[in-house]
Amino acid sequence: MIWQQFLSLAGSYPLALRGLGMTVVLSLISLVAGTLLGFGLGILRTGGNRLLSGVIGAWVDLIRGTPFLVQIFLIFFILPEFGIELDAFTAGIIALTNLAACFICEIVAAGIRSVPTGQVEAALASGLSRWQRMRQVVLPQAMRIVLPPLVGQYVLLIKDSSVVSAIGLTDLTRVGWLVVQRVPNGLLVFFLVGVGYFIVCYPLIMLARRLERRMGAAHGEVQL
Amino acid sequence: MLENFSFRTIVEYLPLFGQGLVTTVWLSALSFVGALVVGIVLCAMNLQRGWLFRAPAKAYIDAVRATPLLAQLYFLYFGLPRLGFVLPELVVGILALSLNSGAYIAEIIRAGILSIPRGQVEASVASGMTYVQRMRLVVLPQAFKVTIPPLLGQAIVLVKDSALLSLISVAELTRAGQLLASDRFMPAEGFVTIAAFYLLLYYCLKGLAVLSSRWLGTAGART
Repeated sequence: MIWQQFLSLAGSYPLALRGLGMTVVLSLISLVAGTLLGFGLGILRTGGNRLLSGVIGAWVDLIRGTPFLVQIFLIFFILPEFGIELDAFTAGIIALTNLAACFICEIVAAGIRSVPTGQVEAALASGLSRWQRMRQVVLPQAMRIVLPPLVGQYVLLIKDSSVVSAIGLTDLTRVGWLVVQRVPNGLLVFFLVGVGYFIVCYPLIMLARRLERRMGAAHGEVQL
Repeated sequence: MLENFSFRTIVEYLPLFGQGLVTTVWLSALSFVGALVVGIVLCAMNLQRGWLFRAPAKAYIDAVRATPLLAQLYFLYFGLPRLGFVLPELVVGILALSLNSGAYIAEIIRAGILSIPRGQVEASVASGMTYVQRMRLVVLPQAFKVTIPPLLGQAIVLVKDSALLSLISVAELTRAGQLLASDRFMPAEGFVTIAAFYLLLYYCLKGLAVLSSRWLGTAGART
């Protein structure tokens, strides 16, 4: 009985691989785009322009205060009413990128704020331009604070990508959902789905922990 | 464009949204209590010296943190009947949220307990306190203070995560929005309204987190 189910499951490995591939592609694209956008927003948020900072803050709060599932539904069902036709893949990428950008924006802003003001003043006194200041003085120091939670955020992003299965994308979670209709063994099917996510996420979790320990130590030295 | 955005339909559906909101609130509250129980047990296991209790607790926490809640929810939803437990969707949902959030809460409590300076524990050992006295009189009251703001942050995450229960057709807030969206073909009205309700819950809990961290004099909650 269980052996037959195993065989049947083994038969659906191309579907499983496609699902895993979709999960990885979705996560990777939105991870890169979200990081770039998040850094940009984070720098603008701490840039001194009150209005801009307020608008970004309000948007970030809006995104952090609503469930990701609701955000996906909003993007997928409402943008077409504005004449923007979306397929599920694009809608998923937009939703995930936006989510990642908002969380990363706050992480980056916290990192930038953690850099002592004396450093910025010294850079000003040395006649560095705004861009040079950011690139050569502030960001390298902020990275110590930013890096561990950034990696942690990537794990959350990969996990959140499972929610896009709700608009019909065949990612890893959706594959589990499809397979369980044919092979009615939820324990086995979703155990395997879990293993798939674990293989992708766990190395990142370990990396985040390691960075935290290392950066924590480095931070301690600076404080001395 | 949204020129025919219908507030009238939203008002018409308000009782449904109200029911959904109430369900979301109490099922989240119940799940949070469940998660606290799971978290405390896991944390107690994790703080033991021997590996016998520690290893399973660690494995569980890692497994939960490295897999999506939706997959865990489906695991229980499709898996429990297999084990002979045919439970209502609502119960499966509360179980999933408790088991998921519990793993995160275990780590929050652990961080709180580990933040107590070693000297405090040594001093209480030197004063001849028993393990229970030490925990009750010295460690836990202080750990409590550090733990409250992140716990409220976790509560916010839990409320938002509860939206996923709509996917196994629990009649909570998101489900109410879906019903309006599909009955009347009015996705904008449905999803904008529930987003507003979730924001309301978010700001309530966030306000509570800010207030509590001010009262307790600790750093703000990270949500």
